[in-house]
Amino acid sequence: MDAPRLTRRDFTAALGGILSFSLVPKVALVQEPARLPGSLQTNRTLDAWLRINADGSVTVFTGKVELGQGIVTALAQIAAEELEVPLGRVTMISGDTGRTPNEGQTAGSQSIEQSGTALRMAGAEVRALLIGLAARKLGVSADTLKVTDGVIHAPDGRKVGYGELTAETDLKREATAKVPPKPAAQYKIVGKSAPRIDIPAKMTGGAAFVQDLRLPGMVHGRVVRPPRYGARLDSFDEARVKAMPGVIAVVRDGSFLGVVARREEQAINARLVLIEFAKWSGGSELPDPAKMYEQLMSLRSEDRVIGEKDAPVPVGAKVLEATYHRPYQAHAAIAPSCAVAELKDGKLTVWTHSQGVFPLRATIARALGLQPRDIRCIHAEGPGCYGHNGADDAAFDAAMLARAVNGRPVRLQWMRDDEFKWEPYGPAMTMKVKGAVAGGRVVGWTFDVWSQSHNMRPGDPDGINLMGSWYLADAKRPGPARHAAQPNGAGDRNAITLYDFPRQRTTHHLIMENPVRTSALRTLGAYANVFAIESFMDELAAAAGIDPVAFRLAHIKDERERAVIEAVAKAAAWKPAAAASAMRATRPWPPTLR
Amino acid sequence: MAISLKVNGATRSVDAEPDTPLLYVLRNDLELNGAKYGCGLTQCGACTVLVNGAARRSCVTPVGSIEGNEVTTLEGLGTLDKPHPLQKAFIDEQAAQCGYCASGMIMAAADLLNRNPQPQEADVRAALADNLCRCGTHNRIIRAVLRAARQNGRI
Repeated sequence: MDAPRLTRRDFTAALGGILSFSLVPKVALVQEPARLPGSLQTNRTLDAWLRINADGSVTVFTGKVELGQGIVTALAQIAAEELEVPLGRVTMISGDTGRTPNEGQTAGSQSIEQSGTALRMAGAEVRALLIGLAARKLGVSADTLKVTDGVIHAPDGRKVGYGELTAETDLKREATAKVPPKPAAQYKIVGKSAPRIDIPAKMTGGAAFVQDLRLPGMVHGRVVRPPRYGARLDSFDEARVKAMPGVIAVVRDGSFLGVVARREEQAINARLVLIEFAKWSGGSELPDPAKMYEQLMSLRSEDRVIGEKDAPVPVGAKVLEATYHRPYQAHAAIAPSCAVAELKDGKLTVWTHSQGVFPLRATIARALGLQPRDIRCIHAEGPGCYGHNGADDAAFDAAMLARAVNGRPVRLQWMRDDEFKWEPYGPAMTMKVKGAVAGGRVVGWTFDVWSQSHNMRPGDPDGINLMGSWYLADAKRPGPARHAAQPNGAGDRNAITLYDFPRQRTTHHLIMENPVRTSALRTLGAYANVFAIESFMDELAAAAGIDPVAFRLAHIKDERERAVIEAVAKAAAWKPAAAASAMRATRPWPPTLR
Repeated sequence: MAISLKVNGATRSVDAEPDTPLLYVLRNDLELNGAKYGCGLTQCGACTVLVNGAARRSCVTPVGSIEGNEVTTLEGLGTLDKPHPLQKAFIDEQAAQCGYCASGMIMAAADLLNRNPQPQEADVRAALADNLCRCGTHNRIIRAVLRAARQNGRI
């Protein structure tokens, strides 16, 4: 097992407070290093990404993790392409604080852009280094050499395999990103669908998921959650549970409660008895579903105008208004979250299906008062998550239980109800849109979106976003809701309309309270905002008496946007006249007219 | 207490209470990864195995109730080197996003093919209706089962 390394980002994070307020004059600091592409910027040495092995195989390290999106295979393709080795000769190591680059979260469709770019540039550079070494060895000029399947060929027929150069290859050097990657026209592996690396094991019973991890001496844990958010544990029947078969430890810290048993079903049974006799007080009620959206909009919010364009609204314009809602949504992974943790000789190891092992490590360290260097978080696949579900919380829970059993690894799995009740949901949202039409054109547009935070992941600089830690005797607090800058945004993602209106104003009302725990769910607020925008465009088109496709095209300047609408209309075999009359015939009209 | 089981053609003895769900015995005592915990309430199908050739939800099946019966898990169908036509078809169709539901899907499909070796698409949809896939891989899964059925016909 490799010893965990302190990476550059951890170091910066650890010293963040000191550096920010440092009075050291800027001139005394070394010159800013060159900007490198993708995640090379934050993980700058070549050997952080690639190692060439003596047998000619390649080991690739990435901070991004497999969530069922196929990213590990895609990254292997990129590395193999640039290095000119067959895909089968690449071994992938992903998401391990002891071994891989720190690339933050695997989220937001950023993995190719960040990790893929780094591997592409690092791969090109390592290939050039190897060719350079071969040129020296063969006494020929590098530009006469060609690489096929990891073997470097000279024009005279002599050849050197990558594996033969490992002794001389020093990849412990900073990447320059100066070697041009292969042009797309020369791609043999990238751009073609490769069978996913992870699928065969999943179809034949291989150990594919964190749930399948079995360590020697491993025992089984379950946790007991309060009946309500924020409730305090007043009492429970410890003696009764300790007397149950197989029970090794009952873990209580404040209102955090869990149990460890020799066998899994024993832990499950012990949990039920803990629940039966536990007494709780306090805590908050959930919003009333009948009045939920009004209640949410009445909570304290931080409002920010994110888009504004001014022009006079002509007199006599027709004004419409509509309100759209999105409910809270569970990630509802096919299995509840799971983690395995082991505390041995003061070192904590956690196997987790977290989307970000480095932020998780930093946050567990803060929650438990440990040093990040004493914690190693290793990604192991879980069921598809679609965003921030209970994975990180389960990792913390497993760590809590592992501390109580003296060196034995603990496999902690949430029960189904734990996940549905306690995972952070995708936030409920309200979108209020007001528009004005005159002369067949939109002449006014006001879009207001209310939403709780879409990002309460571990890694917050102020709070500790691990749910179990909020219930410890020394209770930790989650971070505050934060605005995310456009164009990515969060609850306001895609809230600024792409249609070209002379007058528009878009406001994001970030709700600062958390009546229901929320965080990231696929595309954050984007689809709710787009749904509201496009639905309201239909309303405006009908008010203007214009076919909705033609109406949209009349408000588009960007050619790519135009192509999207045209492609959709074509795919739907859109018939303008019939569709417009059908819409008027079947829908109540107008929705709200002022 | 010691319970004797026939799993994937071999007789195995495990020391567990008879009311222990079969799922935990398969996963923890026999170290078989195929059957998965998803809900523990028969709702998702991830834990599906075959008992005497018929699909059964192992999460609620007491291990004591199946002594003397033949249990087949994903591992009993085939291996990486010699995959069952269903396993091969699921790999060929890349019928997974996360793949957590795949074992249950394959076992439910195996039950279907045992009963109906030449199913139509509607039969496949009906047979898998109670197996959940949260990722949305259903169309690939249906294609995979139909492909396996065609393959079976040729064997």
